[in-house]
Amino acid sequence: MEQFAPVRRSKDGQPVRYLVVDDSVFARKNLARMIETFGGQLAGEAGDGMTAITEYERTHPDIVLMDITMPQMEGIEAAEKIVRSHPEARIVMVSSVGYQENIVAALQGGARHFVQKPVKPEVLYEVIKYVLGEDGTVAHAAGAGV
Amino acid sequence: MKMELIQPFINAADAVLAQELESPTSIGSLTMEEEAYRRKGVAALVWVTGDIEGRIIFDLDPGTAGRIAAHFSGTEVPESDELVREAVCEMANQTIGNAITALNDQGFHFRVHPPVLHTADHGPRGSEDTEALVICFETIAGNVFMNIALRYNRRRQGERAAVAGE
Repeated sequence: MEQFAPVRRSKDGQPVRYLVVDDSVFARKNLARMIETFGGQLAGEAGDGMTAITEYERTHPDIVLMDITMPQMEGIEAAEKIVRSHPEARIVMVSSVGYQENIVAALQGGARHFVQKPVKPEVLYEVIKYVLGEDGTVAHAAGAGV
Repeated sequence: MKMELIQPFINAADAVLAQELESPTSIGSLTMEEEAYRRKGVAALVWVTGDIEGRIIFDLDPGTAGRIAAHFSGTEVPESDELVREAVCEMANQTIGNAITALNDQGFHFRVHPPVLHTADHGPRGSEDTEALVICFETIAGNVFMNIALRYNRRRQGERAAVAGE
């Protein structure tokens, strides 16, 4: 997998910490591998919306990558609940179902962005940089691909 | 079964497989399944409810499933591994999600249920209403079979017609 110039937290230069929420173990592993290529760190994982909320409280990640269609509690509802308690939460919805109503509902629920599956690493990388804004810095490491 | 319902699924499967395998795919065959469904290997089943209802099954022989999982994950995966089954489910999820997105933009509304592994060797035979279409995608990893049985939800169609007639 392509290596990207690491994205760090501006405040302390530490790796960006991610919470990955998806009911598919396979999808979580894939996203975790992408995060690694962005120089990020996996703070936690969850397989449904309920667990995502408790994992958010436990790990306080910099970014949440959240699937939509999940058992127990779907991603949009989980995102709403997280943002209600933590308005600063940065949640990126990652779903194969990308029709307009879904995207609008996710953004109205407090998500910052939407990425459609199958995820292209270069697209997710750009979205992460955009969502972090000034709170993220691209470290131009030697040998970085992008 | 109307081709207008099927085409978005064919387009989506083609796009997802081509992107994940980084290689073009082609349609090897397209057949109506008259007999009861017989599982070929690792199979993922997704139910769709709403304006259109039915089910879609992705079915791959174990070797193909292993090679696709390896492509998707960028690492070797043993054929028996749970990740292989997860990869087939995720492939189904991505394909159906993309197809539903296209159909939703045409005005159809659905609920997609999370994919489940189809473990039974046989499935119910299609009826006139829910005849199954089997599409074989030839990929560099092997053949991927997509078995689709969908129909318009008549009750929802009636409701839509009534609203339109008001």
